[in-house]
Amino acid sequence: MSGSQALTSVSSSRERELAGFAALGARRLFLLGGVALILTGMLFGDIFAVFTLHQNAAQVGANLAAAAQAALAGNRQVVLANFKNVGAFLENRGTKVDTHVHIIDFGYLALMLAILQPWLVFTESVKRKLAWLFLTGAWLLPVAVYLIHYVGLARSPLKTIGWASIAADFGGLLVIIVTFVCLLGLWRHFRGKLAGPPDTLLADRSTEGRMLFAGGIALVLLGFFHGAYYAATDLYRHEAQDYSLLARMSAGAAEGAGTVVEEALAGYGQLQGTKAMNIAAHAHSIEFGLLAITLAFFQPYVRLRASWKRLWAGVLLLGSLLLPLCVLLEMRFGLVAGGLADVAGLLIIFALLAMGIGILRYTGELDASVRPTSGWGAPR
Amino acid sequence: MSRSRRLLIVGGIALAVWGMSYGLWYAVFAEHQALDNIGASLAGSFAAAAERNPVSMETSLEHYREAKYIYDRQVDVHGHWIGLAMLLIVLGIGFDRVNFSERLKVFLALGLLLGAVIFPLGVLLQTLSHGAFPRAIAIAGSALVIAALLGSAAGVVARDSSAGAG
Repeated sequence: MSGSQALTSVSSSRERELAGFAALGARRLFLLGGVALILTGMLFGDIFAVFTLHQNAAQVGANLAAAAQAALAGNRQVVLANFKNVGAFLENRGTKVDTHVHIIDFGYLALMLAILQPWLVFTESVKRKLAWLFLTGAWLLPVAVYLIHYVGLARSPLKTIGWASIAADFGGLLVIIVTFVCLLGLWRHFRGKLAGPPDTLLADRSTEGRMLFAGGIALVLLGFFHGAYYAATDLYRHEAQDYSLLARMSAGAAEGAGTVVEEALAGYGQLQGTKAMNIAAHAHSIEFGLLAITLAFFQPYVRLRASWKRLWAGVLLLGSLLLPLCVLLEMRFGLVAGGLADVAGLLIIFALLAMGIGILRYTGELDASVRPTSGWGAPR
Repeated sequence: MSRSRRLLIVGGIALAVWGMSYGLWYAVFAEHQALDNIGASLAGSFAAAAERNPVSMETSLEHYREAKYIYDRQVDVHGHWIGLAMLLIVLGIGFDRVNFSERLKVFLALGLLLGAVIFPLGVLLQTLSHGAFPRAIAIAGSALVIAALLGSAAGVVARDSSAGAG
């Protein structure tokens, strides 16, 4: 092959790459938008875990104890006032957990839709509009859910649902519509019996890609086994304990038995912690497994040296294994394990950030390689 | 695209749309009422304890137990349908890495899809009946998903070892 032929071949291969990954094209929007959603959600989760979660649980416990003491003293009004506080603290916690979960899950879905773009039989303009619509909904829902606790029912036309909830539901509706339209696009591809488009992402079998794919499946399986074990041994027992401890608490209060109330309160706090940690370990193991599998496909887009790519894949897998493990160990080792879980969360964030930077380098390189060379400011 | 991949990807996206629609319906029409119900019945039981009214206390606690039982399952169903849907999609995208015959891969894909649909369905049915049947469906669904995922993992390892041998 002559020099000019080689140059033409490289240039056309670059153009082919750019056609599937154009600046502000659907795949790039879904990919960069998805990484941004996941990073934001993880950072938010880490900040929430360090600064809000434990303090909030302490407030819930304190108000529940105050309500039980008020029942013991026969003071109905104080009981109701304390339960109002419990409700407010639980809403605060619940909306923040929902924000964290939804923003990350929408990020995963965005990454998956990025991979599927070549199979969707729509024009690039329609795909781009779908990507923007998806990202609008994917940001609107978690932001609005976060605001539910602060906006409440202010100026709401409905009795139980405030404006923030309405906005969140609208965001969810946008995501559902876009996902459904993508399904239709895929359906058109299959109905037309079109050949699968050549895609470097799916052909990649690099070491880091295989590490992430196999590690991801192992993490999902670990999460499944833990979930199955928890459901078989503890779930129903914990549900029964939840009820019996509350019954003992209120019955003790009605009979004026302070010691019974205190014991039941202590047991109830312990039980809530155990349940929360088991569920968190199960969910995080599976979610990080899904993230690792999804990122395995994007490794060809990560413009970093091979050794660095392997390192970051290893860091992501290490953090993904450590975090759920440390969350489980929190029951036995308390804040030390909790602190390690937060560090593991940071490891995942750093690895994802590094891969995100690698992808940005790739996009910059790709755009620069096909930029028109004529005109003002072009190299001479 | 092979039949097994198509089954996983289309089934996964359809399940994700279904799970999200279910969550939207629940958030708009049921969740706020359910949370109000849980909070009110628990507060009511302690208020009844303060008034030394054991009958009202027990009735309120029973309401709390039932409302909490249903709420926990509704949220679980939403989360599991979408989580499993995303697993189907990513596995579908990477299913060419599973080094088994297409027939076996279709069998694994069917197991995954069926399990992903019926496991949360069994959990949902528990809100209608506390009997053994819904639990059996949920257990069967989760067992199907785990077995099919283990099979797929074995297929990935088989491919890796053959590549290493070659």
